[in-house]
Amino acid sequence: MEQTKVLTQRIRDDRAPVWIDDYINEGGYEALNKALSDYGPTEVGPLIKEAGLRGRGGAGFPTGVKWSFMPRFEDRPDERPKHVYLVVNADEMEPGTFKDRMIMEGDPHQLIEGMIIAAYAIGADMAYVFIRGEYVECQKNLQRAIDEAHAKGYLGDDILGSGFNLKIYLHMSAGRYICGEESALLSALEGRRAVPRHKPPFPAASGLFGQPTTVNNVETICNVPHIVKNGVEWYKSLGHNKDGGTKIFGASGHVAKPGLAEFGLGVKLGDVLEHFGGIRNGRKLKGLLPGGGSTPFLTPEHLDTPMDYDGVGAAGSRLGTATMIVFDDQTPIVGVLKNLEHFYAQESCGWCTPCRDGLPWVEKMLIGLEEGRGQPGDIELLDLHVKLLGPGKTFCAHAPGAMGPLEAGLKYYRDELSALIPDDATTLSLTQAANANPL
Amino acid sequence: MIELSQTEIEHIQHEMTLYEDPGAATIEALKIVQEHRGWVSDEAMEAAAKVVGVTPTQMEAVATFYNLIFRQPVGRHVIMLCDSISCYLVGYEQVRDHLKTTLGIDFGGTTEDGRFTLLPICCLGDCDRGPAMRVGEVYHDQLTPERVDAILAEYP
Repeated sequence: MEQTKVLTQRIRDDRAPVWIDDYINEGGYEALNKALSDYGPTEVGPLIKEAGLRGRGGAGFPTGVKWSFMPRFEDRPDERPKHVYLVVNADEMEPGTFKDRMIMEGDPHQLIEGMIIAAYAIGADMAYVFIRGEYVECQKNLQRAIDEAHAKGYLGDDILGSGFNLKIYLHMSAGRYICGEESALLSALEGRRAVPRHKPPFPAASGLFGQPTTVNNVETICNVPHIVKNGVEWYKSLGHNKDGGTKIFGASGHVAKPGLAEFGLGVKLGDVLEHFGGIRNGRKLKGLLPGGGSTPFLTPEHLDTPMDYDGVGAAGSRLGTATMIVFDDQTPIVGVLKNLEHFYAQESCGWCTPCRDGLPWVEKMLIGLEEGRGQPGDIELLDLHVKLLGPGKTFCAHAPGAMGPLEAGLKYYRDELSALIPDDATTLSLTQAANANPL
Repeated sequence: MIELSQTEIEHIQHEMTLYEDPGAATIEALKIVQEHRGWVSDEAMEAAAKVVGVTPTQMEAVATFYNLIFRQPVGRHVIMLCDSISCYLVGYEQVRDHLKTTLGIDFGGTTEDGRFTLLPICCLGDCDRGPAMRVGEVYHDQLTPERVDAILAEYP
């Protein structure tokens, strides 16, 4: 299956960063020139909306719609707050996700150009990239790209004579998965514990330091220059179905050739798997998480699924980050679930009770099952947790995200899980069970 | 009460200028102190809080929340081994057991000679080259017990 390289067109085989001269030689910053000269500040957003770009960080919210929530001050400059913010979410901590790192390391100017256009479109004058603390190489490359862009007049005051001003700063996180939740990310950026905030108000109304703010994923922002430069029709034609554009897909785990590749949205799951060499060691596919640790399993019966937002949704999962985690038929499902739930239990921010107490309980039960200490009723108790920690029961999407793979695991691999309960096991009270399965 | 060095103070004060609210530099301040001292002691934390203009309690709340802030002394080299799903599928447990046996410590422990601290870490974003770990700020991947031995030898 041939790749459709748009976002990855400049990425070198050895991932050596593309600096500004090469970036410009290969068509870079043309989109910025075009945006500033051909479009008014309020005209870029509708273009992105028409192109149908949806968030690439996992949730898939339409980007142009998100931007349209931002208050405008063109007609009432006196009311303009001290700052309007664009924040880029580069806190790539979803298990199995490694796509934004490639962009930031290999083609940092693509993100910077996208940010400048996005900031112009939403009326922002300050922008932050919130980078996970471990991505030191991304920080170095982005800082150099920012400095280079400044020197060329693409950043700072009166960008390319347009009167538009923008500053970009990098914030290195101190680590926690919950920082990827956009309102928690804003709390972290304000120097506080990364606890999610109540919505509404949404960040567009009250975001960073209470000011109008838009938070977008790295890959989302990197689509923007291409849409501006090549147009809506071109962009839509890249996808196989309704969703326009390309997506960076990835594969890790038991595939023969793990890595990253870019395809038009709507490519068939089976074709993506084939690109990554299929299952290694001549084994068979047992299941996969299509887009990170919180996306419910797909199984061999789903190989014809079109990999776009609606297609994966119809198969009972989510496209997520589209970096799939693949496991073969020799893999015990209880280990996979235990590993995933351990992650979510550990990374709960602790703010709300179902998440803080429910997730460790789920992990305990899975460890018990794996170690032969399962009890009659465990499977049903796990079912109950899926309900009690599901959407609408918790303060943010962390626990519901953790329940996604668990629910799918209980559906597709129920017999395998039930068989782990020893025949002679007796039912314990909840207290006894807690004491029998210490973490 | 100790005082921070002039370098630390200037670095923190610079970070404070990058945000609408200077208190936003709380996390940066902790990272700066840690960079200079290896970890964040109570005394250093209080001194940093004074520079940023937040209370020690506010700073402690932040310090204990984030994975990469150490509130206890650590070894010269901090090993962070990815324990997330992609690495788990390709041999994490074998590498973990080998590290624990070789170093003679469990997660959270520091070797008696103060050379290494071993910690688990969430998905490092190196999923196509697992199992992966960081030693200090350097990534090492496609780990096997043999490769781990060779890597450890690089860190005196």
